[in-house]
Amino acid sequence: MKTADELIKTYLADLKVALRGADKATIQDALADAEEHLRTALESEGVETEAETEAIQSIINEYGGAEEIAQAYKNWEVSLPPALASTPAARRSASVANGTSAGGRSYPGFFGIYADPQAWGGLVYMLISLITGILYFTWAVTGLSLSLSVMVLIIGIPVTILFLLSFRGVAFLEGRLVEALLGERMPRRASFTDSNLPWGERLIMLLTGKATWLSLLYMLLMMPLGVIYFSVMITLLTLALSFIISPAGVVYMLASGIPVSIIRTHNISWVMTPSQAILVSLVIACVGMVIITCSMHLARFVGKIHGKFAKALLVSD
Amino acid sequence: MVELQDTHKKFQKELSAGTVSLALLSILAQSEEPLYGYQIGKLVGAGEDETTGVMVKQGAIYPVLRSLESQGLLSSERELSDSGPPRRYYRATNDGQEALQTWIAIWEETKSFVDNVLGGDYQ
Repeated sequence: MKTADELIKTYLADLKVALRGADKATIQDALADAEEHLRTALESEGVETEAETEAIQSIINEYGGAEEIAQAYKNWEVSLPPALASTPAARRSASVANGTSAGGRSYPGFFGIYADPQAWGGLVYMLISLITGILYFTWAVTGLSLSLSVMVLIIGIPVTILFLLSFRGVAFLEGRLVEALLGERMPRRASFTDSNLPWGERLIMLLTGKATWLSLLYMLLMMPLGVIYFSVMITLLTLALSFIISPAGVVYMLASGIPVSIIRTHNISWVMTPSQAILVSLVIACVGMVIITCSMHLARFVGKIHGKFAKALLVSD
Repeated sequence: MVELQDTHKKFQKELSAGTVSLALLSILAQSEEPLYGYQIGKLVGAGEDETTGVMVKQGAIYPVLRSLESQGLLSSERELSDSGPPRRYYRATNDGQEALQTWIAIWEETKSFVDNVLGGDYQ
């Protein structure tokens, strides 16, 4: 005879099997919903321990068969594109990802990138990743070193549990950020943890859980990544913007009577005529436009890659 | 007969897709306090009897709740409970209350249209 707890675990395993092929984030959401419901139902029914097995069977029956519920989530996933998928192109790629419609993934044209929300999302993400990267890294290192140093004391266990839990919390929040800005579907619910477990068991569960360590790895890696993303993006943007406003500078210099020269060493100096100066600055401005557009494409590309990377580390199987 | 059963199931599924959203939104809009999934499931199941068959399995309301939430019609909050696992409480937003009025109007229209057709009064 199986206990109620075992029956719940069996059902969740069945549900996971039935959900095979669905998005990883959907699977995590569905399992969290099911576990929360079944445990809450069992508790609300308030049955005796001996009758629990029977009660949970009827609760599971009312909840619905694994196949049926899995299908409900799959249908829902199809009808609901991830955040930011408000443009037809993004919707199309979302439905392609779900394997529901034929047709190639659309890529915006060279200048069409300015109308692409994913490029803007990627740009914002790259710019704020310096801050989030530093925060994650600091928190991870503080948590690790503090946990290790107080491990020998009795207070060490709760402190460690709190930090390990916070890593998962950070992973969930980062997931929301990644979905909002990069359009990668991430879990909408934090994974379920049973608060009835004793401290010791919770610690073991957290310590042996792959999700905890992958989240930690992600938090540590976000520091170098954040620095790289930010530096590259800010350099490109500053360079491009300074190129783009160069005609205004030239006009100002000409108007104030300052000679415009492009070569000036100790014995050679080429001072341009006003028309030459304006022509050259216009060419530079065009180069600036090209650079800034390429930067937008880069932001979109990095955003896509980073979304995949975040999903690999932050969403557990 | 098996094939016919499948046809019935398919029909019921298609029919319930929109009505479940309407029912859930209505339950949450009428409720004075936020409800969690299990309570909502109980309320959905309360009006049914065994012979007609359960319109929607309790587990199938969660994806619908999420869908309504992502459209901004519901909001939800996770709260720790004293004795059990944490629960997610749902409530209807102002947008949800407004949407419900429109949905009810659409429902009334659909209902009278179907009633008319079934009653043969449509010509």
